[in-house]
Amino acid sequence: MSLLEAVVGLGDDALVLGQRLSEWCGKSPWLEEDLAMANTALDFLGRARLLYGYAERLGGCDEDAYAFQRDARAFTNLQIYELPCADFASACVRQFLVDAFDALHLEGLSASADAELAGIAAKARKEALYHRRRSAAWLVRLGDGTAESRRRMQQALEELWGYHGELFAPVAAEARLVAAGVLPDRAALRPPWLEAVTAALGEATLELPAAGWEADGGRQGLHTEHLAPMLAEMQHLHRSHPGARW
Amino acid sequence: MTAPVQTPAEAAPLGPGCSVIGSGAPHLDPSEPAAAIPLETPEYAARWARRQASAHRELYALLDAVRDPELPELSIWDLGVLREVREAGGAITVAITPTYSGCPALAVIREDIAACLTRAGCQGFAIVEETRPPWTTALLSRAACAQLRAGGVAPPVTGPVRCPVCGSAETALVSEFASTACKAHYRCRNCLEPFDHFKMLK
Repeated sequence: MSLLEAVVGLGDDALVLGQRLSEWCGKSPWLEEDLAMANTALDFLGRARLLYGYAERLGGCDEDAYAFQRDARAFTNLQIYELPCADFASACVRQFLVDAFDALHLEGLSASADAELAGIAAKARKEALYHRRRSAAWLVRLGDGTAESRRRMQQALEELWGYHGELFAPVAAEARLVAAGVLPDRAALRPPWLEAVTAALGEATLELPAAGWEADGGRQGLHTEHLAPMLAEMQHLHRSHPGARW
Repeated sequence: MTAPVQTPAEAAPLGPGCSVIGSGAPHLDPSEPAAAIPLETPEYAARWARRQASAHRELYALLDAVRDPELPELSIWDLGVLREVREAGGAITVAITPTYSGCPALAVIREDIAACLTRAGCQGFAIVEETRPPWTTALLSRAACAQLRAGGVAPPVTGPVRCPVCGSAETALVSEFASTACKAHYRCRNCLEPFDHFKMLK
């Protein structure tokens, strides 16, 4: 895997999650949460733009081409980011799982031998720590809340759990970049992540799901059935009116 | 309901760029002694020293007119978004940095900088975005905190968040995010005012 492909993969992670979060604007439990979801989405969108901008300087295409002119098979985001998370409990659980990952992964990436990646990660990490504070608070509030909120949170956790493994799965093609100190070793992040998540789930009175099947293939462009419809909506305007400007 | 009486000993420690040794801030805060002169952070001091040592001080002064579109009480200099004006090979480069990665104000700020410099007769300048080192609230100018309060926004502080209207520390967090990513939404329990808090980002 080239540095360019690695940067685009990280950009895709951020863009796809940003789009999923933005879908909550207008559908959240109340107005403040609409704003919080949209602001968090904006942080991920901004992160995607920084990464796509770097990809373009590495010889890739421009940010609009990455976002709007590729089909699902060309997106290399991990699958956990593309899931629709149909209820608020599910969105909160997914956000906590990925925020806890971000805090560790971006810390490693901010020490990257690649100065550009290190700079983007250092900026994103500051935001990720704030995101984690908010999503951890929701985890406890809903997990240790009413019987119904707890039931939904536990169910969301069970449904999402199979997708967390991909965050830590070593991609053979990345090995060279990991050895060169450009990318952090994801497998090494799993024990501290599991420790942090186990502690937070305990506080939220939620139960750690049993290990089972694990998603795989996102970095190779293999996706769930949910990504293509999401892209169809996200890309509709750009594809219907190519080159249009405000 | 009366405001809790606060003595200087109970005053909250102030955040980066917000230290005071007296008062004079344009709001009534009973916790702050009279005749304040805000002190500055090392991060801001370094920015100020670079500006003072620059051969383009007149351009910095010109750009003081460019405000943040979402915090119009602050100039891009006071906010720390304006990083540097430098010259290479006869061409002027204005370096700016986003507060948050997705801050949509940056596109408007770029246009406003270009308009400001063009009006002043500058030509052939470049505006570049730099993220290293990342922006933090420690970059805020010594004037920024008072300007934020005057605009109804509680500045970034390390202690309790104080109401920008009545100065009370009896405030409650409503949401971690407010009208923009850089702010959180609070409510004053004393005067009941809802207000934004400019979050501390270290």
